[in-house]
Amino acid sequence: MGTVLSYFCHLCGHGNKEEKERCLRANDRTFNLSFRYANNAIKTSKYNIFTFLPLNLFEQFKRLANAYFLFLLILQLIPQISSLSWITTGFALIVVLSITAVKDAIDDINRHKCDRQVNNRKVDVLMDGQLKNEKWMNVQVGDIVKLGNNEFVTADLLLLSSSEPFNLVYVDTAELDGETNLKVKQALTVTGELGDNIEALAAFNGEVRCEPPNNRLDKFKGTLTVNGERYALDNDKVLLRGCTLRNTEWCFGLVIFGGPDTKLMQNSGKSMFKRTSIDHLMNILVLCIFGFLASMCSILTIGNAIWETNEGSVFTMFLPREPGIDAPLASFLIFWSYVIVLNTVIPSSLYVSVELIRLGNSFFINWDRKMYYLKKDTPAQARTTTLNEELGQIKYIFSDKTGTLTQNIMTFNKCSINGKAYGDLYDFSGQRVEITERTERVDFSWNNLADPKFNFHDHSLVEMVRGGNPETQEFFRLLSLCHTVMPEEKKEGELSYQAQSPDEGALVNAARNFGFVFRSRTPETITVVEMGKQVIYELLAILDFNNMRKRMSVIVRSPEGKLTLYCKGADTVIFERLHPSCNKLMEVTTDHLNEYAGDGLRTLVLAYKDLNENYMIDWKQRHHEASVAMEGREEKLDELYEEIEKDMMLLGATAVEDKLQDGVPQTIEQLTKADIKIWVLTGDKQETAENIGYSCNMLREEMKDVFVVSANTAEGVKEELQNARRKMCPEAAEEPSVIKSRVGLFWLKKTETVQDEKVDGDYGLIINGHSLAFALEKNLRLELLRTACMCQTVICCRVTPLQKAQVVQLVKKYKQAVTLAIGDGANDVSMIKAAHIGVGISGQEGMQAVLSSDFSFAQFRYLQRLLLVHGRWSYIRMYKFLGYFFYKNFTFTLVQFWYAFFCGFSAKTVYDEWFITFYNMVYTALPVLGMCLFDQDVNDRWSLQHPELYAPGQKNQYFNKKAFVRYLIHGCYCSLIIFFIPWASMNDAVRNDGKDIVSHPSFAFLLQTCLLAVVHTQLCVDTYYWTAVNHFFVLLSTIGYFAISVTMYSNGMFYVFPSSFPLIGAARNTLNQPIVWLTIFLTFLLCILPVVAFRFIFIQLRPTINDKVRYKMRTEELPAPAPRLPLRRRSTRSGYAFSHSQGYGDLVTSRKFLIKRSTKRAPLFTQTDSSIFQNQPQHYRTIAEEPEEPQSP
Amino acid sequence: MGKVKGKPGPLARRPDNSAFKQQRLPAWSPMLTANTVLPFFYFMALICLLLGVWLLLTVQNTQEMKLDYTEAETCNKCFEMRKNVSNANETCICTVNFRIDKPFEGDVFFYYGLRNFHQNLRRYMDSRDDGQTVGRKKNLKDPSSYCEPFLKDPSGRPIAPCGAVANSIFNDSFTLRYHYSNGIGEVPLLREGLTWYTDKYIKFRNPTTDNLTLAQVFEGTAPPPYWQKPVYKLDPSNPMNNGFINDDFIVWMREAAFPNFKKLYGILFRNDNPFTKGLPAGNYSIDISYNFPVQYFRGRKEVVLTTVTWFGGQNHFLPIAYLVTSSLILLTAVVLTVVWWKFGKDGKNMKE
Repeated sequence: MGTVLSYFCHLCGHGNKEEKERCLRANDRTFNLSFRYANNAIKTSKYNIFTFLPLNLFEQFKRLANAYFLFLLILQLIPQISSLSWITTGFALIVVLSITAVKDAIDDINRHKCDRQVNNRKVDVLMDGQLKNEKWMNVQVGDIVKLGNNEFVTADLLLLSSSEPFNLVYVDTAELDGETNLKVKQALTVTGELGDNIEALAAFNGEVRCEPPNNRLDKFKGTLTVNGERYALDNDKVLLRGCTLRNTEWCFGLVIFGGPDTKLMQNSGKSMFKRTSIDHLMNILVLCIFGFLASMCSILTIGNAIWETNEGSVFTMFLPREPGIDAPLASFLIFWSYVIVLNTVIPSSLYVSVELIRLGNSFFINWDRKMYYLKKDTPAQARTTTLNEELGQIKYIFSDKTGTLTQNIMTFNKCSINGKAYGDLYDFSGQRVEITERTERVDFSWNNLADPKFNFHDHSLVEMVRGGNPETQEFFRLLSLCHTVMPEEKKEGELSYQAQSPDEGALVNAARNFGFVFRSRTPETITVVEMGKQVIYELLAILDFNNMRKRMSVIVRSPEGKLTLYCKGADTVIFERLHPSCNKLMEVTTDHLNEYAGDGLRTLVLAYKDLNENYMIDWKQRHHEASVAMEGREEKLDELYEEIEKDMMLLGATAVEDKLQDGVPQTIEQLTKADIKIWVLTGDKQETAENIGYSCNMLREEMKDVFVVSANTAEGVKEELQNARRKMCPEAAEEPSVIKSRVGLFWLKKTETVQDEKVDGDYGLIINGHSLAFALEKNLRLELLRTACMCQTVICCRVTPLQKAQVVQLVKKYKQAVTLAIGDGANDVSMIKAAHIGVGISGQEGMQAVLSSDFSFAQFRYLQRLLLVHGRWSYIRMYKFLGYFFYKNFTFTLVQFWYAFFCGFSAKTVYDEWFITFYNMVYTALPVLGMCLFDQDVNDRWSLQHPELYAPGQKNQYFNKKAFVRYLIHGCYCSLIIFFIPWASMNDAVRNDGKDIVSHPSFAFLLQTCLLAVVHTQLCVDTYYWTAVNHFFVLLSTIGYFAISVTMYSNGMFYVFPSSFPLIGAARNTLNQPIVWLTIFLTFLLCILPVVAFRFIFIQLRPTINDKVRYKMRTEELPAPAPRLPLRRRSTRSGYAFSHSQGYGDLVTSRKFLIKRSTKRAPLFTQTDSSIFQNQPQHYRTIAEEPEEPQSP
Repeated sequence: MGKVKGKPGPLARRPDNSAFKQQRLPAWSPMLTANTVLPFFYFMALICLLLGVWLLLTVQNTQEMKLDYTEAETCNKCFEMRKNVSNANETCICTVNFRIDKPFEGDVFFYYGLRNFHQNLRRYMDSRDDGQTVGRKKNLKDPSSYCEPFLKDPSGRPIAPCGAVANSIFNDSFTLRYHYSNGIGEVPLLREGLTWYTDKYIKFRNPTTDNLTLAQVFEGTAPPPYWQKPVYKLDPSNPMNNGFINDDFIVWMREAAFPNFKKLYGILFRNDNPFTKGLPAGNYSIDISYNFPVQYFRGRKEVVLTTVTWFGGQNHFLPIAYLVTSSLILLTAVVLTVVWWKFGKDGKNMKE
């Protein structure tokens, strides 16, 4: 993005001077243009038609391998050096370059399309006194735009005016920070007065001075000058690009930052080019091979020098030296000639084949039906095609909570009323029955106002309510009264709720279904339809919720004049404030609560208290005084609340389920078995996060301890971390053991690795955002990492997007482990980009996460298939490919090295030039691709059955430097056999008709055939999974080799190009000789049998996990999946969690919310036509119901 | 990525349920188990043993005689003479005697052999023009630059055949004589049919003659500098064996892969007694026209007489290699069996 800006700066001669302050004037394009601010167009593409070829070629040649081949090509064009025609390299290079170029072009075209789509969105812009429909890209800084309901915010805007009272605007910031609840923004009164008066707006000439573009989402500083008056601007008055306007008919805004300058784009960060660790390793290996190549060439050069002095000099009679080239120079040239001959040790097709295999595996991910989500019609998508094998090496997973682990749907599941638990179903023998989709639902048709999407299965509760049980009725009455939910009734009976927290929504909605329908409210009253009868309660006070109080209460007066305080809150808090007479009930309820907590449900305890009229008048008076007090207001209010909320009568408890995505606990269990550590990073509150930790089985009751780090000072955090560590591992050293090493190209990269430490027993760690900020400081972060890594489970709550990324980077840096981040919202983008692999959950909170992710799918549970099946396969395929590829080329090339000792080190190739050209690109290309696209050691079901199969990939056991040396030695051995067996057998041989057979062409042909026989058989030994395609490819290549050879050595080809095909007849005159076949057979046996023997012995003595599972697969049937019994656990911890925040009580009573709304308002979500919304399951916000009969009041 | 076909319906983006896309292609997944590996090893050991024995028996029936004549007997004087380049054009004929104790039965092939002569040097091998030797007139007059420095003679005439390979042709000639009880007689050798069919009739051709004599066709070209006679006079006895299709020339032009090599010189003509069954035992001598200098590069020259079998000439390597391989495989097979018996038989290792 910055490039555009700097480009502009460059143009206008500002140089690289950074923008210090932004100054702009509304409706004054000429003034604003003088600053050359970026307009609202964004550009993420890299090339255009004209720059594509040069830029792309330049990028490609920046790759070491491509540059090297270009260099070789140039060498081959020098006749004195050229030991091979340039075609051998040129052919491969052209193929490789064009394949990559095509891929890059397609990628860039897609980016262009994406950009164009965004840039061409339409918005109403105020121009020349009237509204014009313009494309987004044409919007300039200083323009005034009009936004409608549910529209995306075009750019970063200063809110001027809106349709809502008090110039309020509701926005959904999901795409920006992932929070789904609506946020309120409010315009300045001075601009709000403009309203939708176009003329006034067109005449508006306010001048804004503000901070330069930055990426801080929660800060904005600036001033607005209107008619000489200065007004301060803060974040509350700014609408950011990426937000969506909700519940607001229209609003006007002044563009402050456009396109690349918007906070959204500034936040999106540079998209780093991700590379896999195998990529890095490959680079190092290629460098090693360079060294190897150089040393081979040096040896041969020395050999040549010696040979030239001893033999060559006396052979000059038959082969005079070239004029002007003396012996030392000749030897020097020989060095380069051998570089050309032996260059095949680094095959040019290596990179392109790697890319092809990754591409193929990406397609398999896209095609996988088991990662396709039917309900949303979303298949899995591999958005980056270059990271597949890394999926098989994941060590740490960082997961978002909301929308990723959970569906962000709360359901009222169970409750305990007056000591009786409801919500579970039991069969005749008293066994609990698992509730599935097929379980019969309770029929709520008797209630006209019921929400049809509400599910409940326990009939007894309805019977109790309808039977008039007073406690039960009081229970639901409390739920319908004690909350801050706003009702919305567009049509008579079509009721929908706006809840600040989803828990409340679920509770109020439950009450509604059980016949206590919260219908409407004013600042002073609450209207409830109780079992069909409308009752209006007078609302006397809301004792608001906050994190310290952990409870909220309302005080209402019923029509009969009864004063009651209704309270709901955390069990720990409420139990302390109960009337002693409730002790017995409290015990029973505690029992139920423990059960709920064990199930991972969020619990709230409900209580009420009848109040005395006189006391209330007094209290009310004091309350008023306290709320207007100038100092210590909070404390005074708290005291008052404390005073009235005591001696309450217990009613019962509610259990709300924060619905997990399907299969989350099982997935987590599987991934844990695969030795993958899962950290949850969430913006949620500690209780909620903890709760989810329990419900998805990451935190368990059996854990020895769950540490909570929530200190507010650096010292405190340090102490808590150290205490935790000492408790887990008392004998560990105080200082973390950091292993420093150097890796990378030329060993330039320094790495520091914190060792894993052994801990017995499972521990959990919960750390909140404040503490995390301290812990991530330089001096504490190793302590944090150490402690965190000792724990089985780590949960970070209340973290910012930046912190998410920092945590990922910390682990990446000091653990040298492969990390994966999974999330669904824009707040996860930074983390997704920071991790080695970013996974986006598609179709939840917008597309930001998906757009910056490398892989995307619709459900968290697909992660296990992505990693344990596709990732593992990809890794196995990649290591097999690399191993085989290096082996194949070492064998191929080293034969030439041995031949050098027989041809006077003259850089004569032992093969035909055409063979060298075709070896990698034609003869051996297909079988190896076939193997590496289709191979699977065990099938997907066994992979999932045995998550431990994943471990070798994490440790990178199969392809590392040691393995590489093994391939090198293997290649060396095979090349020795392939050269010396034919040499020994043919040295003195003649055909069976006495004619020549040791001529160079026939020997070359013999070696080629031996080589291919050995290499293909080696492939066959490596292949675990023989599909028809593999058979076909191997056969095709073998037959193809003979067919091509016979053709190239045929009469016709020779007549046309005598000097290009001089090996005429080599195939015919060689293949009919038994001695040739005997030699091939012997070579083949000696190359292959040792491999088979070694493998067999290793399988017998030290079978790898793969061998074991393969053995098991052969001998046993796949065990049927064990039926999952519902786990019944009991927990002694509090199940309290309530994602409510402070301040809404005031809002409800302050009238701001409560202006009568026009009836023509559009519903919250208008896009009900999109499949996403159609398929949205029960949701507290999209409540629509059948029109009901008008009720008589 | 992820281009999805526009299928209609609510599940438009659902991937196909094909075995290929779901990676469920039916497949054979072999595993190295004792049931397959052990029999395979024993079987291979047996095969190699049988082959080795068979080859050994076959090789036992072949005869080969090698005779290094570089400095042998009277050739010593020629060897000394050739040390001096100024004597290059003088002829030198010498004789070496040898004895055959066991008769050579069947076809007998006569080879000349060179040691330490690098026909496989890159620049040497490239120094030829296949376009010229296949009879292209254009290349005849204007050979490929690869032939440097044997491209043109000092007077500027193109050399035919050009290049270092042709120039260095082996030019000793041999006459094999059998010592009858009553005197010495020449052993008849076939001097044709020494080359691959493809060489004689496809790779090498004379320029089209159009009623011209060969000499006229080659007019305007020079013989290679080391040659004593021009290419169209290589074989005075048979006019059809001249020019580029001369057998000796073709045999020489098939460059050897290694510095020690032998090339076919003649085949025993078995029409007359006593050679109908091959070479009888007895005393022989070879008259050698000693031309080719080897002393410069410390080379050796030899003649080889050999009979062949179905798999070629006398070759002791293959039978021995097969026998050794057979025993190695057998040894490995036994080791594998022991390992399997002790560790892998009950699959205990597999089950952990």
